[in-house]
Amino acid sequence: MIQTVELRNITKRFPGVLANDRVNLQVRAGEILALLGENGAGKSTLMKILYGMYHPTEGEILVNGQVVQFKSPADALAQGIGMIHQHFQLVPGFTVVENVALGLKSSRGPLTDLDAVSKRVRELGAQYGLHVDPNALVWQLAVGQQQRVEIIKALYRDASLLILDEPTAVLTPQEVQEFFGILRRLRDAGNALIFISHKLYEVISISDRVTALRDGRVVGEVETKATTQQELARMMVGRQVVTRWEKSDMPPSDAVLQIKQLAVSNDKGLGAVNHLSLDVRAGEILGIAGVSGNGQRELAEAIAGMRRVNAGTVQIAGKDVTNCSPEQVIAASVSFIPEERMVMGVVREFSVAENAILETHNRPPLSKRTFFDFKQIDAHVTKLVREYDVKTPSLETPVKSLSGGNIQKLILARELARDPRVLIAAQPTRGVDIGATEYIHKRLIDQRAAGTAILLISEDLEEVRALSDRIAVMYEGEIVGIVPPDTSVEELGLMMAGAQKNL
Amino acid sequence: MTPLTQRFDFSRYNYILVPLAAGGLALLVGGVIIWLLGANPFQAYIGMLQGAFGSPNALADSLVKAGPLLFVGVGICIAYRGGVINIGGEGQIVMGALATTMIVLTFSNLPGLLLIPLALIAGFIGGGFWGGIAGFLKARFNVNEVLSTVMLNAIAVQFMTFLLNGVWIDPTTLDNAIRIPQTQRFPLWADLPRLTPTRLHAGILLGIAVAVLAYILLWRTTIGYRIRAVGFNTVASKYAGIGVGRYQILAITLSGALAGLGGAVEVLAVNHRLFTDGSATGFTGSAGFNGIVVALFGGLHPLGVIPASFLFGALLTGANSLQRTVQVPGAFVTTLDGLVVIFVVASQIWARRRATRRALIEPAPKENVASADAV
Repeated sequence: MIQTVELRNITKRFPGVLANDRVNLQVRAGEILALLGENGAGKSTLMKILYGMYHPTEGEILVNGQVVQFKSPADALAQGIGMIHQHFQLVPGFTVVENVALGLKSSRGPLTDLDAVSKRVRELGAQYGLHVDPNALVWQLAVGQQQRVEIIKALYRDASLLILDEPTAVLTPQEVQEFFGILRRLRDAGNALIFISHKLYEVISISDRVTALRDGRVVGEVETKATTQQELARMMVGRQVVTRWEKSDMPPSDAVLQIKQLAVSNDKGLGAVNHLSLDVRAGEILGIAGVSGNGQRELAEAIAGMRRVNAGTVQIAGKDVTNCSPEQVIAASVSFIPEERMVMGVVREFSVAENAILETHNRPPLSKRTFFDFKQIDAHVTKLVREYDVKTPSLETPVKSLSGGNIQKLILARELARDPRVLIAAQPTRGVDIGATEYIHKRLIDQRAAGTAILLISEDLEEVRALSDRIAVMYEGEIVGIVPPDTSVEELGLMMAGAQKNL
Repeated sequence: MTPLTQRFDFSRYNYILVPLAAGGLALLVGGVIIWLLGANPFQAYIGMLQGAFGSPNALADSLVKAGPLLFVGVGICIAYRGGVINIGGEGQIVMGALATTMIVLTFSNLPGLLLIPLALIAGFIGGGFWGGIAGFLKARFNVNEVLSTVMLNAIAVQFMTFLLNGVWIDPTTLDNAIRIPQTQRFPLWADLPRLTPTRLHAGILLGIAVAVLAYILLWRTTIGYRIRAVGFNTVASKYAGIGVGRYQILAITLSGALAGLGGAVEVLAVNHRLFTDGSATGFTGSAGFNGIVVALFGGLHPLGVIPASFLFGALLTGANSLQRTVQVPGAFVTTLDGLVVIFVVASQIWARRRATRRALIEPAPKENVASADAV
């Protein structure tokens, strides 16, 4: 059983990068330590060192006061350290029990002993509230349940320090609350937990202590009780962060984006958007709140021409664009920041410059009669990168080697540079660090002032409330109500669960 | 910075070094086989080098052998960049050659200055048409292009056999007891110019020009940009307003067209007639398949294909002369050829796996992101 784990003066160098710089960190049994930091602050590297995936360049790890050396995760696990990765390490075609048993010795030699495993899985489930059917196939489970399987796997291997790498990134707000309940029970049973996150309100609500990293260094250690979100944000970013925005009053204007009785199917061919009607006016941010999977993605893709409309119409400034190709929708002055940034928003292998001209490469002055004018492209992209603060080594750098926040800023730059009449922003700040989030919010507010009609789709209620002029709550493919932005989170949450239909 | 990182960074030249090392290993294994066959491997390889590079004639022969590989290889690059795997080089060469033959036989009275360009264009269109079918099936009905191109190969060969045994058969051989499935010799004015006294012909220059044009198309024009975008990511391409299916069809059509042009050059410059032994390889010399290896060897870059095809052409020519020098069985040529193919393809897979594994374990430092894609 782990009593204390200590990292002493851990330094990790990659060629040209100092990922961790003399980091000290302690965690004790029966506490939740939040490891806070922006993307690229060195959180993941540090935890991979603790879990034996990387070897530190300098420094040492102490478990219960003894110096240990980890050659691989197996060594870490033998000491009682388990890690729940952001991307689950499960075999989808195996049952829960099979996944738990995978890689372990069976008590019956070459034969499996899954009944014994199943029994223990049930015990662990009952003890910590990790309820999951041991015989269910993993691919059939919801993401939140798969995460429980990962935790069970670690506990089954007698881990008493759990490292949780951004565990809430894949969960809905409701699932997060349930998940926090599980974490508290694990802590109260005497386990140590390290919770990696950059979401401040989560850190405040779940952790006992906070260690903040910036640029690979520890920049603060505080008791959670003795701090505030503002203070944590300042530690993490190194300066004051804006979370409330002053918005100028916009005179009432005409609806630019008009959606009437829209019906759209999801990938499985089932109805995802059910006869939904919505207007977004020029100079307005209409926020769509809703639990993920209630048709928001299908709605956005249908407007952008990426998905077939079964019934109903979409109009841009009075012009019908229902079932038009993406090319025609782009020509109608619609910009789209897609939810699936890495799959839809960029060509990962393309350079920054190539991605910056994804929709406009065919227009003069960037190209003339199919031939590129590289001087013009260079000037155009240099301006975008500078104006939108995209941090990249060069314009020729492949986009896949940029951080998520910088990729999102590049997409934002590209989409706003067209000065669109309508902007669809789907999860514009998901997985993006605080500094970039603040910047993206500012840009959206500016674009609103420039008269663009903005449809903001987000699962982050704080974001929707901070930016929107009106909030439309979406549930099972329908708008269950349109409310002002100062509506409380509790009330929005109830509507998102479908409780207050047709308010 | 540790001293280690300041040393010469081999990994930057992997795209050249890995296939070269693989080729060397293949020759090493080939040497063992030669030794087992009772011949001296050193003598054999010296004979091979002389046969490939030893005289102007030998060099010219190597270049001539490189011709079809160059055309097909450049085409494979374009298809690959568009995300389409073209295994149909054989059929496309044949269809190009058939179209060229049709033009030459039909308009044999035209002067060469008109007839040759016309015949080349016909070859280009013939191969392009054949590739385009696979592209259309993929874009419209989601038919896997690997399957469709392989089947189109078989159809093209049977079509050629049918024509050469029937309407196109050389009339002068009709009275013979054994009918040879080949056309009459083309009129002399349909021959591509040669750099006499060797067999080197102008088709090689055309091939180099085509490689340069393909490079310009892929990296200097919006069309190439779209082909590459579609090849990397169809979803993002659709999002950007690019007609994904249209550019997939274009990529494999161009790929087929270049193979067809290669076929046209073969009939106009090397054979001066069309013949068949009932299989595709009888006429193409497997260039449709070897062109894929050449493309891999050249880093899937049109300009890389130029040296790659010359190396491979030299290998083919040299292996022939090796066989004559040290008296090993004729099948050894095919063996050596096959060894190089296996080693080069395997090395590519190995290099890619290693790259992914490295990326998983340690994040690549930013400067080293350049891979085989960026030559």
